Amino acid sequence: MVKKELNVSAIKNGTVIDHIPANHLFKVISILGLDQSESMITFGTNFKSKKQGRKAIIKVAKKFFADDDINKISLVAPSAKLNIIKDYQVVEKRNVEIPERIIGIAKCFNPKCITNNEKITTKFSLAGKEPLALKCHYCEKITTAEHLEVL
Amino acid sequence: MKNKSLVSITDFSKDEIMRIVELASEFEANPNQKLLDSKVVATLFFEPSTRTRLSFETAITRLGGGIIGFSDSSSSSTTKGETLKDTIKMVSNYSDLIVMRHPLEGAARYASEQSSVPIINAGDGANQHPTQTLLDLYSIYKTQGTLDNLNIFMVGDLKYGRTVHSLLMAMSHFNTTFNFIAPDSLKMPDEYKLFLDSIGIKYYEHKEFTDIISEADILYMTRVQRERFSDPIEYEKVKNVYVLRNSMLNHTKDNLRILHPLPRVNEIHTDVDDNPKAYYFQQAENGVYARMAIIASILGLVK
Ligand SMILES: [Zn+2]
Repeated sequence: MVKKELNVSAIKNGTVIDHIPANHLFKVISILGLDQSESMITFGTNFKSKKQGRKAIIKVAKKFFADDDINKISLVAPSAKLNIIKDYQVVEKRNVEIPERIIGIAKCFNPKCITNNEKITTKFSLAGKEPLALKCHYCEKITTAEHLEVL
Repeated sequence: MKNKSLVSITDFSKDEIMRIVELASEFEANPNQKLLDSKVVATLFFEPSTRTRLSFETAITRLGGGIIGFSDSSSSSTTKGETLKDTIKMVSNYSDLIVMRHPLEGAARYASEQSSVPIINAGDGANQHPTQTLLDLYSIYKTQGTLDNLNIFMVGDLKYGRTVHSLLMAMSHFNTTFNFIAPDSLKMPDEYKLFLDSIGIKYYEHKEFTDIISEADILYMTRVQRERFSDPIEYEKVKNVYVLRNSMLNHTKDNLRILHPLPRVNEIHTDVDDNPKAYYFQQAENGVYARMAIIASILGLVK
């Protein structure tokens, strides 16, 4: 069933990340560090999706993500769904959740923020989910979805 | 609060704020206490602010402390491209406390994470200036005898004015009633009104600056700055509407005091200056005592 739906080769054990917005596929790859990974990875993009127009899918063999890691992609792919595969079967489905603390992922929109002028790991707390609002730990300004840039 | 940095007014609890205000009053009664004997305080002004720097340096000198530092970044190693982190790491090796002003927002919070000694934020861009807030609180306490249950009117630029935002946060501990008087384009931002709603503090918004001030205990005036307006016509319309004149004070309460963070432009007419309700010049002087109290508390030199 998985095979038919995804239209790319199935994996025996690992994680399938589905429902990634097509335009954010490479950001998701970069946030998860998959470009540095030794795992066997297949991905596809511009699949038609009833829910979101065009979606992308990533399959990572022999890899299971910790919640903290996978939640990092929530800023660019809040609708992403995880399928945990064991022995070709989906044994668990998970959604991503926006974490309360967002560290080193997003850029503060305030040009006068110290983090945009010196090499500093950005830190935000979640000030709102719908609509998304991130409060900068340093300049205390709110970055909203329309100004959000992922590092 | 020993060894605790003061970056934002929300770093201090209600009790800590009250302690600073009471201590400021003790320092005013007895200003020459050499508590900082053989201590070194660094005053790092990455952008110039003569008013704030002199106030701090007077406070440090009255406490008997030594001062190192610079008054603008052209005389510091930052002009040679040194990072803020490296400057702070170096200076925290020499000093017991760092007072810093910086044009970038968040600079003081970052410095407090890099420094081995406490940081006092003397202004980080448009973000925070907590010692101004504590001197405002001391001025209110001194003139009203209490911080509790007061009616505070804030007038002018309530959108961009960081002093009114910090004062609002600090006074929210004390069951204050707020009245905001501002043009639509400079209204108090929603996030502050939502905060007041969430803790059940009453506030009222007005566009007209008229006799509604008869109920006020404190009238906190701010500058309406030309550069805040994208439309110059809009500025011309409002600039003379939010001006306090002496005649407007006729039917106000006896205990009313007028505060302003200074410098003023034209928002308080000079005919107000001789009115006993004008308090903005004494307010600036209170800054020295408030800063003595802050420094002595952070260094753990007073109980
Ligand atoms: Zn920021």
